[in-house]
Amino acid sequence: MSAQRPIRRKLDFKSGRVDLSHGAGGRAMGQLIEDVFHTAFDNDWLRAGNDQSAFEIGAGRMVMTTDAYVVSPLFFPGGDIGSLAVHGTINDIAMAGAEPLYLSASFIIEEGFPLADLKRIADSMGAASRAAGVPVITGDTKVVERGKADGVFISTAGVGVTPPGVVLTSDAARPGDVVLLSGSIGDHGVAVMSKRENLEFDVEILSDSAPLHHLSAAIIAAGGAGVRVMRDPTRGGLAATLNELAQQSGVGFSLAEEAIPVRPEVAAACEFLGLDPLNVANEGKLVAIVAPEVAEVVLAAMKADPLGARAAAIGKAVEDANRFVEMRTSFGGGRIVDWLAGEQLPRIC
Amino acid sequence: MCLAIPVQVTELLPDDMARVSLDGVTKVVSTVLVEDLEVGDYVVLHVGYALAKIDPEEAARTLELFEQAGMVAT
Amino acid sequence: MKYVDEYRDGALAQTIAAAIRREADPARVYRFMEFCGGHTHAIARYGLEDLLPENVRMIHGPGCPVCVLPVARIDMAIACARRPEVTLCVYGDLMRVPGSNGMSLMKAKAEGADVRMVYSTLDALRIAENSPEREVVFLAVGFETTTPPTALAIRAAVKKTLTNFSILCNHVLTPAAIQTILQSPDVRELGSVEIDGFIGPAHVSTVIGLQPYRFFAEEFEKPVVVAGFEPLDVAQAILMLVRQINEGRHEVENQYIRAVGEYGNEKAQAEVAEVFELRDHFEWRGLGDVPYGALKLRAAYARFDAEQRFGLVEHPACDNPACECGAILRGVKKPRDCKLFGTLCTPDTPMGSCMVSPEGACSAHWTYGRFREVAKDASRREAVA
Repeated sequence: MSAQRPIRRKLDFKSGRVDLSHGAGGRAMGQLIEDVFHTAFDNDWLRAGNDQSAFEIGAGRMVMTTDAYVVSPLFFPGGDIGSLAVHGTINDIAMAGAEPLYLSASFIIEEGFPLADLKRIADSMGAASRAAGVPVITGDTKVVERGKADGVFISTAGVGVTPPGVVLTSDAARPGDVVLLSGSIGDHGVAVMSKRENLEFDVEILSDSAPLHHLSAAIIAAGGAGVRVMRDPTRGGLAATLNELAQQSGVGFSLAEEAIPVRPEVAAACEFLGLDPLNVANEGKLVAIVAPEVAEVVLAAMKADPLGARAAAIGKAVEDANRFVEMRTSFGGGRIVDWLAGEQLPRIC
Repeated sequence: MCLAIPVQVTELLPDDMARVSLDGVTKVVSTVLVEDLEVGDYVVLHVGYALAKIDPEEAARTLELFEQAGMVAT
Repeated sequence: MKYVDEYRDGALAQTIAAAIRREADPARVYRFMEFCGGHTHAIARYGLEDLLPENVRMIHGPGCPVCVLPVARIDMAIACARRPEVTLCVYGDLMRVPGSNGMSLMKAKAEGADVRMVYSTLDALRIAENSPEREVVFLAVGFETTTPPTALAIRAAVKKTLTNFSILCNHVLTPAAIQTILQSPDVRELGSVEIDGFIGPAHVSTVIGLQPYRFFAEEFEKPVVVAGFEPLDVAQAILMLVRQINEGRHEVENQYIRAVGEYGNEKAQAEVAEVFELRDHFEWRGLGDVPYGALKLRAAYARFDAEQRFGLVEHPACDNPACECGAILRGVKKPRDCKLFGTLCTPDTPMGSCMVSPEGACSAHWTYGRFREVAKDASRREAVA
C-alpha cells in the first residue's frame, strides 16, 4: 500500500494573497513557482526545476544586460510591469546589435499581494516572451514583509550574441552622422502618468512597450558598419538619450522639431501637465545614429518594420565642443534640448 | 504661474463642473467662474478651473492680424 | 490643438519677425520686460529671441510666483509639513524650491513628511474630505490667475463644513510688482535697467482685466501690451510695443483679445475680495517689501489660515550671498552674470528659486538658451584673436 499523500490544493487565484510562506523555500513556494511562473512561461528549462539552466554558446561575442522594474502603477494602458520587463531587457540586448537569446526573471513580492495580480503579470510576461521568441529560462522568488516592496519588483537579466563584425558603442557618433528615430515619442510616460494619483486625466494613449530586436536586426542588416550606435530612449526620454550620446561621443546634435513625431493626444496630455514630450519615457522606440551614406537605406528598412512605420530622420551630429543638443523649433527659433534634473514633475504653472 | 490651456467643453456636469477635452485628453474641472457655458465652447483652463471663455471671433481676428503684420503698418 | 497650434505657426512667425525688423528704428534700442513667468518660458522654449533684431531686447521680469517666494516662507511650509498630523498639498513646481540648509519640500518628503503634489485645489479638498483624521494644508502660491481657485477652495470648505482644511497663503499681486520695479532705484535713478515697455501677463489679465495697467502707462509713460500665451502672441505684442514707441504712445493695448476683456473676470475678482485682504507687508525675494503686494485671509476666514492654526512663525532667512536671484528678478542682471549660474547652481542643484521654477529666468536660460551665450563668447573670442 503506498503512503498517503497530502491533497494538493489549487492556488486561490480569486481572492488569495501571497504570504511569507510563498517565499520560504518550502512546498508553498514550490507550488507558487509551478502554478504561476512555470505555467506562464511554459518551457523545458523551467520544467526541469533546477536552480540554473544551461545552454550552448555559439560563435560571436556574448552580450549580457540586467534591469530592474519598479513601475507604478503595475498595470497601465498598453502593458504591465511584466511585459515591460520582458521588452525592456530584450531591448537593452538589441541596442547592442545583438540577438537576444535568453532571459532570467526574479520577483520580489510584497506580502499580501493578490495572487490574481501576480498571475496576470506572469501570464503577460509569458505571452510577451513567447511573442518575442525569447524564453525566460531561470528565475527566483522572494517574499518580503508588507510595506517593504511596492506590490512587486521584477529584476531581469538577458543574454544575447552579436553577429561577427558588429560593434556598436556609444562613443561612435561623428559629426555628419544622421539621427534616426523609430517613431512617436512620449507614449509610455503619458500612459503611465494618466493613471497616477492626483493627476488623473482620461486619455486613449497606450504605452508603446514593445520588443525591438527585429527592428534593430533590420537596421544592422541594412546599414552594416555604417550603424554607429543605437539606444532606446526610456527614462528621461529622447532628451536624456541624445545628451548621453553627445557626452559619450564628444559631439553636438542639431535637431528639427518638426521632424520629431508626436501623437496629438500625447502632445495634448503634455500640454495639460506642462511637460515636454522630449523628456517623457518611451519603451518601444529607438534612436539610431548612422553614417550619412547609409541613412536613406536604413530609414527605409525601419519604415518597413511594423514598429518603425513612423520612423524619421530628425537631425544630425555636429562638431560641438560643448556637446549641446540644439533644436530648431517649429516656430523658427533655436533652443537646446537639455536632460532634466531628477524626476520630471508635471509643470503646473 | 500662468500655465493655462484652451480646452473644449464636452459635457456639462452638476455643481458647476464640466468635462473638457484637449485633443481627446479629458478631465473634469470646475466652471464656477464662467457663466453661460455650452457644450462646444472653449475655455481657458488653469489648475482645474475654467477662467474665461475663448471668443472664437476674436481668436480669428488675432490670426488675421498675424497675417497682416506682413503688410505695411497703418 | 485648437487655439494652440495656430498660434505657434512658424510661417506666421517669420511674417511678424519681418515686420518687427522693418519697423524697429535702427537708431535706437527697444527694451521690453515680459512680466509673466509663462512668457519667459515661452520665449525661451520657442527661441523667440532668435527672430528679433539685435536692437529689440527682452528683459525677464519677476512674474514667477515661485521665484519671488522668499526662503523664509518655504522654510515655513517645510516646518508645517514636518508636523506629523499635517498633509501638505502643493503644486508641482514647489517641490524642489530650495529653503534654508539645502532643504526642500521634496527632501522633507523623503524624510517622511506627508507632502503631496496636486494639480488643483479640488484635489486638496478631496484629500481633506477623504482623510478627516489628517490636517490638510494647501500651500497657496501664485499671482491673480491662481488666487481665485484658492478662494473657491475656501468657500467650498465652508460649504462642506470641513474642519481639517487650511491654507498657507503666499498669493501675490501683479500691479504692485510692476510698480515696485518702475519705482526702484535701478530704474528711476540709476538707470541701470531701462525699460521701454511691458508685455502684460496673459492669464493674470483674464482675471484682472486691463484697468489695473492704465495707471502705469500714464504715470510712468510706458506702453503695456497684454499678450496671449503662445509665441505668436508674444511676437505680435512686441510688434505692437515697437509701434507704440515709434509713435510716441504709451497706452494699454490688448493683444489677447480672445480671452481678456477690459474688466476681466468680475466673478473671480469678487470671490477673491470676499476671502482675502491685503497684507501690511510681505517680503518678495529680490524685491524686498512690496507695498500692497500680497494677500492674507480675512478675519472671517481665520480658521482656514494655517499660519494662525499652527502658530507658524517666519524666521528670517538669508539667500546664499552669491545668489543673484534678486537682481535677476528685477531685470538688473542676467543669469550668466551670477557667479553660481551653471557651476554651483544648476537645475540639478538649484541654489535659488530662479533656477528651480521652469519659468525662472535662470532655469529657462539653462534649459533652452545657454547655447547662445557660448556661441556669442566664441565669436567674441574669434573677433578678438
